[in-house]
Amino acid sequence: MYPEKKIEEEKSSEITGELILERKYTRSSLYKDAWKRLKKNKLAMLGLAIVISLMLIAIFANFISPYNPIERIKEEYLLSPSGAHFFGTDLLGRDIFSRVIYGSRISIEVGIIAVGISMFIGLFFGALSGYFGNISDAVIMRVADIFFAFPYILGAIAIMTILGPGIINIFIAIGVLGWAYFARIFRSSILSIKNKEYIEAARALGASNYRIITRHIFPNAMAPIIVYATMNVGTAIIVEAALSFLGIGVQPPTPAWGKMLAESLDYIDIAPWMMLFPGLAIVITVLGFVLLGDGLRDAFDPKLR
Amino acid sequence: MSENNKVLEVKDLKTYFYTDEGVVKAVDGISFDLACNETLGIVGETGSGKSVTALSILRLIPQPLGKIINGQIIFDGKDLLKIDLKSLQSYRGNRISMIFQDPMTSLNPVYTIGDQIMESVIIHQKLDKKSAKKEAIRLLEIVGIAEVRKCLACYPHEFSGGMRQRVMIAMAIANSPDILIADEPTTALDVTIQAQILELIDELKHKMNSSIILITHDLGVVAKYADRVMVMYAGKTVEFSSVDNIYYRPLHPYTIGLMNSIARLDEGKKGKLKPIEGLPPSLIDLPKGCTFRDRCVYGKDECRGRDYPPLIEIEEKHFVACSRSKEILENRIKQES
Amino acid sequence: MLFYIIRRILQIIPVLIGITLILFTLLYIIPEDPARLILQKGATEQALENLRAKMGIDKPVYVQYWRYLKQLSKGDLGDSYRYRRSVNSILAEHYPNSIKLALAAIFIEIVIGIFAGIVSAVKKYSFWDTLVTISTTLAVCVPIFWLGMMLQVAFGLKLGILPMSGMGDGSISYYILPSITLASVSTAFVARMTRSSMLEVMSNDYIVTAYAKGLSNFKVIVKHALKNALIPVITLIGLDLGAFMGGAILTETVFNWPGVGRVIYLAILQRDAPVVIGGTLILVLIFVFMNLLVDVIYAWLDPRIRYYKKEINI
Repeated sequence: MYPEKKIEEEKSSEITGELILERKYTRSSLYKDAWKRLKKNKLAMLGLAIVISLMLIAIFANFISPYNPIERIKEEYLLSPSGAHFFGTDLLGRDIFSRVIYGSRISIEVGIIAVGISMFIGLFFGALSGYFGNISDAVIMRVADIFFAFPYILGAIAIMTILGPGIINIFIAIGVLGWAYFARIFRSSILSIKNKEYIEAARALGASNYRIITRHIFPNAMAPIIVYATMNVGTAIIVEAALSFLGIGVQPPTPAWGKMLAESLDYIDIAPWMMLFPGLAIVITVLGFVLLGDGLRDAFDPKLR
Repeated sequence: MSENNKVLEVKDLKTYFYTDEGVVKAVDGISFDLACNETLGIVGETGSGKSVTALSILRLIPQPLGKIINGQIIFDGKDLLKIDLKSLQSYRGNRISMIFQDPMTSLNPVYTIGDQIMESVIIHQKLDKKSAKKEAIRLLEIVGIAEVRKCLACYPHEFSGGMRQRVMIAMAIANSPDILIADEPTTALDVTIQAQILELIDELKHKMNSSIILITHDLGVVAKYADRVMVMYAGKTVEFSSVDNIYYRPLHPYTIGLMNSIARLDEGKKGKLKPIEGLPPSLIDLPKGCTFRDRCVYGKDECRGRDYPPLIEIEEKHFVACSRSKEILENRIKQES
Repeated sequence: MLFYIIRRILQIIPVLIGITLILFTLLYIIPEDPARLILQKGATEQALENLRAKMGIDKPVYVQYWRYLKQLSKGDLGDSYRYRRSVNSILAEHYPNSIKLALAAIFIEIVIGIFAGIVSAVKKYSFWDTLVTISTTLAVCVPIFWLGMMLQVAFGLKLGILPMSGMGDGSISYYILPSITLASVSTAFVARMTRSSMLEVMSNDYIVTAYAKGLSNFKVIVKHALKNALIPVITLIGLDLGAFMGGAILTETVFNWPGVGRVIYLAILQRDAPVVIGGTLILVLIFVFMNLLVDVIYAWLDPRIRYYKKEINI
């Protein structure tokens, strides 16, 4: 299925020594050039601005939101948007603006931590599979196939049912399910890099496997990983929203955008603002990560544009 | 060469590319003509504009980056740059056809060889499938492919580079064109195959009474097959004359440099190979004046600042664009006498 | 080719066994007594005990798993804990609805996605290209359940021209909103991929050759470029079809669609293990089968692969 040349392990134990290669130079210039191109890309900068503002909003939520997000004001239920409640109030008289502001915390946390977990698992198995090949490659890729074949949402639902609702379990569910793709791209990057001359040179000079992976392959295979990770944060945020929407994610009264959408389902005719604002918040957040990811991809590989 | 003998006339052709970095003047005021049954060689380094010249003739410049901004290309009494797309399409592949540099990528991988050759015949000769197939078989036999019937159903990836180039040639000659433009037809091939392909092209030229524009950076190839040679440098013609003049009496310092840089059997061992120092200039924001002056061994300060030297007929049918060509010619005459 | 297909089908088997193993282990972890689920409250301890023995769940888990596999090999997916029906009949009732919705969504994805992608590539940097780029970027960012809700409000509630939920009498109007919702993200991906694939193909040498032959613009695009450009797009569509057929949980929830995604989702919530495992197995089977189909179509479209496959199979 994956054709590849088999490399003979050429280890000459006599020759050991530090490698003086020009790779370091090329690496830093790859990232520097990418940053230069990224700065020129207006959409990517918009994405970056959205992402940064969101993080600031999440961090300073308690300063920004005018109300306590879980405080119920009984006589102020289902109010339409006004000067006092920018986004209106929900059935329990909670301020939707404040809830949307606080909701950013959950989304950002899930996005970053879950993707971090996926990336960690994915890189580990991807490296194992791509670098050592043979049996570990076959087994890992078949297992990855299973994860691909399994619908993402369904898998997340299954794991959440077993672990029970709660934020930590969301991290785990989304994180564990997302590893396969990371493994696959990392594996293919490694396969394409490991046959390059400078790796052969390093091997010929007797560098250890660990050293070759961490010093040589890793920095060069990172570009597609960074791009995918950025995009994947958006996906993770949507999956979290879906889980909370289905009622097995974040539990009330914690404000989460997906949960707020679920609560709005019965009132879409009389209180459409209940569903409008959390939805927009999700769209803008995901848009930020997608634009940034797109920009990064173009920046790393200008040919693709 | 009389006027009515010309099959193609290119006048003051300018093709520019508008890139992010600036305007690339790939072809900047090229004029030449092509006589009936003649082989015209266009030589130059990579980036000298020779391929762009070829593509410009059929208006195949990649859009929207490239644009032909000036010039006339007179063929069949019409200006190819002015006629509508439909009539242009009736010329392409029919009366003027092209052979490209890389046969590995110039054939569509998802169609069979037969389909691709038949297509050329069908669109211009309006043949039905059956006779088109017959024609394709005939063409493949002409270009020297064995087991033709089997090959028709083959896909390009099953063929070697040389075979593919033969297929490209079969497609190009399918409608017995008046002009065959061969854009570095052998660059991507093995040396042994190169000669075969060039022989084939030359042989077909005589068979079909066509004219050929042979674009190459291989001076040996030009010497063998071309009647006249146009030397290009940085988008401009620097010297244009018969193949003998270019080889034995070059007058432009660039051409002289080129001739010194190749091994020649007729000079024995006395001449050392002398590469031309330096690199061709970037085609973006070319400075005023001669673009070769920084690499020129004859270069003087006066070459800087003034306008680009015009292409003048310094001897009969020997055109040179260099402000010092007269001196060079006089020196040459002195030496010879 | 046939050899290759057979080999691929054989490869599916370990994947399926792996999935049953994972699901079985996962569901075994859930501390829930199926006997209690079936008999509900008030059943005597003796009745529970009898039922457990009858179902074999008093045995160790590997015995149960082995039993399940034996049963599975006969095509029997077991009985639901919640509904007194066989899993086979539950799935047989709901699967057609999911498949119909999936086909409707795929239709939208193919027609709109590919068309938008071609226009966008051919008229690069034009107004249409910008429009396609913006709308595809946005479509990827919109959670589909929210899109579904918005469509319900707009077309069902405010305009009142389309039914808001359910399958009704199964007429076409019931399909419009759910299929648009289900197709939205994938259509955007297809449009983007078609665009970039077209652009890449259009920069190939053989396109210049085609123009140099004297072909018209239309013919070059449709005959020479499109067939090459669609090869990667076909993969994407095939995978989507597989995914749609099994996993339209969110769309089915928002639109109250009586499909299999919803059945599996409810079964998970209700700890109805046989339905979960059976439903998921079928779904994965479809997904994997679609993968295989894609590969076959792929080889048919791209002779280079056909050739390559021939090589490695010798």
